[in-house]
Amino acid sequence: MSAWEIVVGLETHAQLATRSKMFSGASTAFGAPPNTQASAVDVALPGVLPVANKRAVECAIRFGLAVGGRDVINRRSIFARKNYFYPDLPKGYQISQYELPVVKGGEIPIVSPTRGPLKIRLTRAHLEEDAGKLLHEDFRGASGVDLNRAGTPLLEIVSEPEMRSAEEAVEYAKALHKLVVEEIGICDGNMQEGSFRFDANVSVRRPGAALGTRCEIKNLNSFRFLQHAIQFEVRRQIEVIEDGGKIVQETRLYDADRDETRSMRTKEEAHDYRYFPDPDLPPLEISEAWIGEIEAGMGESLESRRSRFVAYGLPQDQVNLLVATRDASTFALSTFSGAPREAVPTLSNWILGPLTAKLKEEKLDFSQSKVGSGVLRALLARVADGTISNTTAVGKVLPALWAGEGSVDDIIESKGLKQITDAGEIERTVDEVLAANARQVEDYRAGKEKAFNSLVGQVMKATRGKGNPARISELLRKKLGR
Amino acid sequence: MHDRSLKQLSAALARREISSVELTRLFLARCEKARALNAFVSLDPERSLAQARAADARIAAGTGGPLTGIPIAHKDIFLARGWRATCGSRMLADFVAPYDAHVIERFDAAGCVVLGKTNMDEFAMGSSNENSHFGPVKNPWDGARVPGGSSGGSAAAVAARIAPAATGTDTGGSIRQPAALTGICGLKPTYGVVSRYGMVAYASSLDQGGPMAKSAEDLALLTNVMAGHDARDSTSLERPAEDYARELERPLSGLRIGVCREHFGAGLAGEVGAAVEAAIAGLERLGARRVEIELPNNRLSLPAYYVIAPAEASSNLSRYDGVRYGYRAKEYADLLDMYRKTRAQGFGAEVKRRILIGTYVLSHGYYDAYYLKAQKVRRLIARDYAEAFRACDVIAGPTTPGVAFAIGAKASDPVQMYLSDIYTVPVNLAGLPALSIPCGAGEAGLPVGLHLVGDYFSEARLLGIAHRYQQASDWHLRAPEGGR
Repeated sequence: MSAWEIVVGLETHAQLATRSKMFSGASTAFGAPPNTQASAVDVALPGVLPVANKRAVECAIRFGLAVGGRDVINRRSIFARKNYFYPDLPKGYQISQYELPVVKGGEIPIVSPTRGPLKIRLTRAHLEEDAGKLLHEDFRGASGVDLNRAGTPLLEIVSEPEMRSAEEAVEYAKALHKLVVEEIGICDGNMQEGSFRFDANVSVRRPGAALGTRCEIKNLNSFRFLQHAIQFEVRRQIEVIEDGGKIVQETRLYDADRDETRSMRTKEEAHDYRYFPDPDLPPLEISEAWIGEIEAGMGESLESRRSRFVAYGLPQDQVNLLVATRDASTFALSTFSGAPREAVPTLSNWILGPLTAKLKEEKLDFSQSKVGSGVLRALLARVADGTISNTTAVGKVLPALWAGEGSVDDIIESKGLKQITDAGEIERTVDEVLAANARQVEDYRAGKEKAFNSLVGQVMKATRGKGNPARISELLRKKLGR
Repeated sequence: MHDRSLKQLSAALARREISSVELTRLFLARCEKARALNAFVSLDPERSLAQARAADARIAAGTGGPLTGIPIAHKDIFLARGWRATCGSRMLADFVAPYDAHVIERFDAAGCVVLGKTNMDEFAMGSSNENSHFGPVKNPWDGARVPGGSSGGSAAAVAARIAPAATGTDTGGSIRQPAALTGICGLKPTYGVVSRYGMVAYASSLDQGGPMAKSAEDLALLTNVMAGHDARDSTSLERPAEDYARELERPLSGLRIGVCREHFGAGLAGEVGAAVEAAIAGLERLGARRVEIELPNNRLSLPAYYVIAPAEASSNLSRYDGVRYGYRAKEYADLLDMYRKTRAQGFGAEVKRRILIGTYVLSHGYYDAYYLKAQKVRRLIARDYAEAFRACDVIAGPTTPGVAFAIGAKASDPVQMYLSDIYTVPVNLAGLPALSIPCGAGEAGLPVGLHLVGDYFSEARLLGIAHRYQQASDWHLRAPEGGR
């Protein structure tokens, strides 16, 4: 097959993590019984008016700052009405932004599987409200409408058509997801609940040729569907063209069950949305001071944190895990700061090992951890000064700390976990063990290293785990003369 | 009692000369007697009297305000919890408001009684009150004539003295034009002074609620209640509270009255022009000085208005789709058919006309030529006023080109109908405050309105000018036969 170039641009709808809706005071919580979270404004009763949610605007500003800095934020943007009739759209129009969006550019860095590191430019990002939902189960012969979602704030993020494969599109989508969820925390990123979803614009062309006619695939709510839908659509378009046909500009739906896209409506059937500035909402004025406040509250970027973790000398795979979420990186940094540098690898192991396991078990974030950064450092100090072993710390003290049984020292004390460092006591025990295990002693002397480990184990057992393993090994070797 | 001013009624209530319940009964009885006017869409004596009893308790407890206990008629465009809010439309004929408009809340807090909901042109679209699903309102001065519109029910109720005062809304003249045609006073405040929350939207960037009453002094007291910031309306202005009655006694000496020659040109009925000229001369005798001004783009205001208002209306009225509330066609094949039939049956002809115009001017390929152009015109009109107010303090002219016309006279000619708002429309486009007060008699002795337009936030001054005029004249005291 001769070469075709794939061209993909994405429109991403990120639901903003605000408590109330874009233009009303109703709650945005997911999963409430139908129409219990729809206020008079959301139902579009006569006489109601929209009031823009300041928090949602701040989310958009945050996004702009993260993708392009102050330059890409329009100091004055306009809410516009997009007019069409549908039962899930109570006002008969959606309040969106058209000519002047809040964010007018920016870029998302990705690593393309084929082209390496590159930056995907953004066309714009604008604020809008979500529609409600139709319930197609039968209500006395009719469909139902649930307006709980109506008015939920969305940031629609539009990329330039700069992706050249389905895989690149997925990389972009994942990078964007991480940005809005972890980096700037403006979206919960829950794709199953529809908090993050894509429309993909796909076309194909011969390399160097002008852009081909595009088709828009609507409402893809997983990275896998995104990839499959683009792959199918690319194959379909190439087939049509190679068979001498022409691509018709249209909107298509992806059917995941059959893994194919189907035509929804062509350009001729497209709505004329009759956009015009919403007279109920004055222009959105964003002051320098407001941007400054938001910028100050944004904190350090995850990329900057990554380099700090690297500087601690942590291995790459650990660094990746630590910057995977803002939550983990914040916890790790606060734990590391104030700890001796040589303790950082152990602390990192603890955070990513036993602590992460505990958090997962109880479905908690690091910010909700029952063992805090300072406690973790205190625990490490007791390992460093030889009071307890690493094994005791992780296996016995940490669970007790998690269970709230007291401070590190209280637990060591009350459980009698202090290591025996008294040379005389250890020596006595070693002698006893050697005397009682003549076979292993012989085996060891005959060159069986396994036997040595067994002897160490016996001594540990005899000290009920409180003997310092290093001291024990040292003593044993001395006594066994090897 | 029925033709007393608000101040007099307030005093009577304070002196226990009459109770709020008695006063409310008195006006309800007058409303009942004047049913032929068709001024009210809803009367609910039980509901009104319950409020009156509460008002009496407040008066007895000494916690009342200046208007506590006084019944006020509200245009049926304002939502008042428990009352129908029909907006003159079949679409909302059975719609009972589940919440109070800001204006209603304010009157409630002031201790006023809702006397009833007044008839109006459907969705405030009209200048004669013939576009109501509930039938035309009759002008109390002559039952064969229109009271003007769209706040025709409120105007007729005040003119006939069956309500002490009323509220209205003004998008292109809907307070001032009916006030002029029924011989009462009406104020359209600066855009943003009165909250639009709970006021059914016609054209959001132009709609403004305001009072309708027998005198400028009454208007001032009512504005004190209605005005004020409301966070639920993003276009509501945050300004310190003001007393709109504070300039009532200010003398007119030194006042510069701007007069625009074009307001007295072709299309103006001779008797109306003469009455307005006489009124301006009257103001001059009170110390004002007349200056000639120009408003060169005023002539473009009707075309601009009939692009912008329908554009906004076409979108504002999309919510009446039969899905959630309001009228729904009885039989339909599918969703699209339900929309079509519901809207075809639920809206009247003028509303449909404006939805069609609005949809057209916002359509792809026409937007720039119509909507954007109209917005430019709008800015030019506002600039003309800004220029004029450097030379004068207030602009005086006729409110309407003629007196009240016969029912049916313009019903089949929308352009003729639209022309009756030619003097009032530019004021809405600029967002300025303006009022109309009776200033004479025209053809067949029918009332003529004097239109006073001021700069932004000059309501108190406008009311003061009108009050001084009314201290020196008696046009505002003249009532139609049934009202005397």
